[in-house]
Amino acid sequence: MEAATVAIIIASSTPLVFAALGETLTEKSGVVNLSLDGSMLLSAMTGFASAYLSGSVEIGLCVAMFTSATVASVVAFAGIKLRLNQIAVGLVLTYFATKASALFGGDFVRKPGPSIQKMSIPGLEEIPFVGEAVFQQNPLVYLSIVLGFVLFVFMFKTRRGLDLHAIGDRPEAAFSRGINVNLQRYVYTILGGALVGLGGAAFSLDAKMGWSDGHIANYGWIALAIVIFGGWHPLRAMFGCYLFGLIQVSALELQPVLPDLAQVLPIAPFPLMIVALVFINLRVVHSVTDRLGSIGSLIRGRAPSGLGESFWPD
Amino acid sequence: MSLQLRSITKTFGPIVANDSLSLTIESGEIHGLLGENGAGKSTLAKVLSGFVSPDSGTVELDDEQLKLSSPSAAVSSGIGILHQEPLVFLDFSAVDNMLVGSPRDGNHTKDLAEEHLLKICEQFNFSIDPLIPVQKLSVGERQQLEIARLLWLGARVLILDEPTTAISGSQRENLFQTIRSLAEAGMSVIFVSHKLEEIQEICSRVTVLRQGRIMGTKHLPCPTSDLIDLMFDRELEPQGRKSSDSLGSICLELCGQKVTTHFESGKVDMTFRTGEIVGLAGLEGAGQRDLLRSIAGLDDTVTEGVFFRSRDIGDDSYIHRMQYGFHYLPADRGREGLVDGLTITEHVALASPQRSIATDWKLSREESKKIIDKFSIKGTPESVPASLSGGNQQRLLLGLIPDNPTVLLMEHPTRGLDIESAAWVWKYLMSLTEEGTTILFSSSDFDELMTYCDRIFVFFEGAIIQELASVEATTERLGSLLGGVK
Repeated sequence: MEAATVAIIIASSTPLVFAALGETLTEKSGVVNLSLDGSMLLSAMTGFASAYLSGSVEIGLCVAMFTSATVASVVAFAGIKLRLNQIAVGLVLTYFATKASALFGGDFVRKPGPSIQKMSIPGLEEIPFVGEAVFQQNPLVYLSIVLGFVLFVFMFKTRRGLDLHAIGDRPEAAFSRGINVNLQRYVYTILGGALVGLGGAAFSLDAKMGWSDGHIANYGWIALAIVIFGGWHPLRAMFGCYLFGLIQVSALELQPVLPDLAQVLPIAPFPLMIVALVFINLRVVHSVTDRLGSIGSLIRGRAPSGLGESFWPD
Repeated sequence: MSLQLRSITKTFGPIVANDSLSLTIESGEIHGLLGENGAGKSTLAKVLSGFVSPDSGTVELDDEQLKLSSPSAAVSSGIGILHQEPLVFLDFSAVDNMLVGSPRDGNHTKDLAEEHLLKICEQFNFSIDPLIPVQKLSVGERQQLEIARLLWLGARVLILDEPTTAISGSQRENLFQTIRSLAEAGMSVIFVSHKLEEIQEICSRVTVLRQGRIMGTKHLPCPTSDLIDLMFDRELEPQGRKSSDSLGSICLELCGQKVTTHFESGKVDMTFRTGEIVGLAGLEGAGQRDLLRSIAGLDDTVTEGVFFRSRDIGDDSYIHRMQYGFHYLPADRGREGLVDGLTITEHVALASPQRSIATDWKLSREESKKIIDKFSIKGTPESVPASLSGGNQQRLLLGLIPDNPTVLLMEHPTRGLDIESAAWVWKYLMSLTEEGTTILFSSSDFDELMTYCDRIFVFFEGAIIQELASVEATTERLGSLLGGVK
């Protein structure tokens, strides 16, 4: 594979990386924000529109993050304070945000707007292959990669990360240890939502420039699936996003050569995901991964035990 | 050093769980809290450990008044609780478990946690690898881990809430050894239990609670009957039902059937006669429910050895057994027995044997009026379960059973009912037995058991430890059997 192809895969997967990392953070705390597909669309629209109107990409990114964080805060409020079913609230918000993006985005359809400029990293871009593949991208791409590692360190190497696991796994035990479970769940849901918004803007300001109705529909669902595939582990989620990108790009490249295969490839990730999930949950595989320590836990992956359940101390 | 409780009161709605409790626990003392289910001992443990805030009353440790506003506040005041099932994080390593919720200062780092854990392990003869995932530890080891954590956080008072429920005999010995050493080192230990033998074995003093009140504090050892006197009200001891000669032929036979509970499985070999009333006594979760559900065919633990009128029905499901006249009435009437939101008429339609495509609502309405009348239910055909009192719900459930049941399986037939309703229910049940219904019911009400049963089976930790003819049953006998003392 050529370095240029790898660069395309990385660049085109970046929005998904943000969304999957954001949702991983949220779900790790025990909250399901199912509104991803809608909130990504809406934030792609608001991000593009505000960048278009202000001429500033940075403003666009901020507005997009704010948009999606707002949707996430509704999920959090409904799920935590009102103790509603998070799945139901998420689904309703998905449709609401999708329709809202069409309603308010009408003026911005197919308009040429600002986009994020490339910024090669001096020194590193000279490295053969890797330089061209990784270090001649735009800042958003670098940010997504750094973010993946930052989240990994945060979740697995810090005390706050330990608290995050605790509130998602066994909220009543976390509460008994003095952790403010619901406050932290708010924080992580809103932070995760902001990252999802960044993913939306990464589409409309870079990977799939511009805005049209439903122009990135379904990517939110893919991001949700990747969170599961990623076993709620930031690095594995990132890997899932790039794998998805690889398959999509391969389909394009193979189009002229093997048209039949190229047609099948775009739908391949979904059955593959199921196969992968079945595989990692096999007892045989468990017995192997159990012996591998931290690498094992990377492969194993496990949903937070308290996922989707509201917690209220009596 | 001593822990002083002054007039702790806690109410839940109309129920007074703790009624002005005052108690002093000395340092180095292992103090038992004894009482049956619902006596208020768990509530008191929760108040002391900050899970529940009392309506009034204060707690002092070393003459200093404590603010027990949350579990972590209690821990930092020096009071730690070990729950029946330790509140640990299964996916974490042992040492990470200790870290969650510990103060973020230089004294509580991961290295120090590990060092402390190893030290405690050596001191008390535990063997916990600091890096092992908690889910690989047994429940007993998880308790040890929690003890290590609470000591690390500076606990001076340790509350153990029914700590031996889920652990093996050898782990129990180990736990008791640990508790003793902790007390010797000056710690105050509060040992909450309903098991008389354990209290006698480990505690130096015991306080007995009944219905939210302190009935007395005793130095141990003391005669077990003294404790039972305090635990149970034995003023009105009713006469047993003596009608065993009027019973009919064998109706139901269980042989070699397994009753699986959370604790263990035991063999059962028993017969029940037509028209007999058999009570199942025991603490909550001691196995009575499992037996009732097994006989009903609701749990698949029964696959063999259930004979109804000499016919093997072991493979038949509840639906099949209903055709033989089996019926099961659960304790949770609102949730398991009735369908929330359906009217009485709809319940009648649901329970009726008519299986045409269209429901005959007129017939169902007629039928529901009849049931309301016959069972004097305070409601209309349009009433929903939520609008009915407990007594009326129970009457409705009885009314929904088709005529002439052969085996009636009931959990707590009169729990939550007022005296009048309870008397009505039993009058009705007695009339059923005269027509040949065999009744098995679980109950925690001794009077009920002694008044209405022909025989009583006493359950303890998943097995039947004693069968009593009702004439042999006394409050004292039942009380000690419930606590596992034969």
